[in-house]
Amino acid sequence: MTLLRRARAAAAAVTDPELPPLTIDDLGILRDVQLVNDTVEVAITPTYSGCPAMREIADAIEHAVRESGAEKVRVRLVLSPAWTTDSLTETARHKLLDLGIAPPDKGLGPEALFGGRNVVCPRCGSPNTERISAFGSTACKALHRCLTCREPFEAFKCH
Amino acid sequence: MTTTSIALTETPQVRRTLALADDALVLGHRTSEWTGHAPLLEEELALANIALDLIGQARALYQAAGELTGHSEDELAYLRDPPAFRNALIMELPNGDFAFTIARLLLVSVASDQTWRAGFDDPALSTVAEKAMKETTYHVRHAAEWLIRLGDGTDESHRRAQDAIDALWPYTGELTTRRDPWLRAVAPILTRATLRQPNDGWMQSGGRDGQHTEHLGHLLAEMQILPRTYPGSTW
Repeated sequence: MTLLRRARAAAAAVTDPELPPLTIDDLGILRDVQLVNDTVEVAITPTYSGCPAMREIADAIEHAVRESGAEKVRVRLVLSPAWTTDSLTETARHKLLDLGIAPPDKGLGPEALFGGRNVVCPRCGSPNTERISAFGSTACKALHRCLTCREPFEAFKCH
Repeated sequence: MTTTSIALTETPQVRRTLALADDALVLGHRTSEWTGHAPLLEEELALANIALDLIGQARALYQAAGELTGHSEDELAYLRDPPAFRNALIMELPNGDFAFTIARLLLVSVASDQTWRAGFDDPALSTVAEKAMKETTYHVRHAAEWLIRLGDGTDESHRRAQDAIDALWPYTGELTTRRDPWLRAVAPILTRATLRQPNDGWMQSGGRDGQHTEHLGHLLAEMQILPRTYPGSTW
């Protein structure tokens, strides 16, 4: 396998510190891996401007790509095009559900959080839920409650 | 890195970028002061999240300013004195009570949201705007929901919300050059909150030119003491 392919596989396997079952590839945070001269350049994009996990993710990528055999690694933060919840892969959606986090609806922006979006309870599947707060334990999640099974849960924000 | 303040040559483009960056940093810092003090847990999380969004936006904007000036984002945030800051005065005012914090968040977020959506010729600013407008959507909504709840709540919460709007209004002149759309967005929220919209009279200004209230110096002293005392330290 070439260095670039090994580096790409290593970067793609880095996990999110907040949601360890999900890789940065699942989350759509990993944008690009390139070989520029003798340096592996990895481009990542934050879910939110202030996402405090980016630093840790960048460090983890650098470590993983070095382990894959690269001597020089550069991690670059790109903002455009902005990350949206549509960047999540199908795998990510399934893994979120397994973690008890409702995945976001596709193709909807922030306004969906306030309109008639029916968030389905990730525990019992009931659509009968209510939003407690638009802001959760991390910038990318909101707090909800299921009115059927009464369990509180987090939902990935539409973005 | 040095503890000596940096001197900048400010082209109009640098000044514009710094004004946006300083607005986000200073309000982000003020908002973060609520951490550990918010009236309920959900609000604690909300204000911390909003502060984080603003500081994230500030970082991206300082990086853009850094491309123009050759200074790092840390140097721009930590090694400028109050007169070099270009933020609007409203950002630096102390938090006051919860009503004041929420009223300010609304007045500022509506302006920021409109600024990001209006677009920029500068590609670096467009890039930041694309991301920031998604975040300000949440900020506007959150502040509006609270202001309506406070204004249309008890006599006490109504009085405090009205006092906050009255005290803040003279500081809103610096927020945006497009006042009419701003007023059109703020007015219906005030109405729903049963709050009186103050008349536009004499406006406080000076922040964009570095003439600040005494509060900014205190805020920066707290924010900057570590990097200025221990240059180049990391943790």
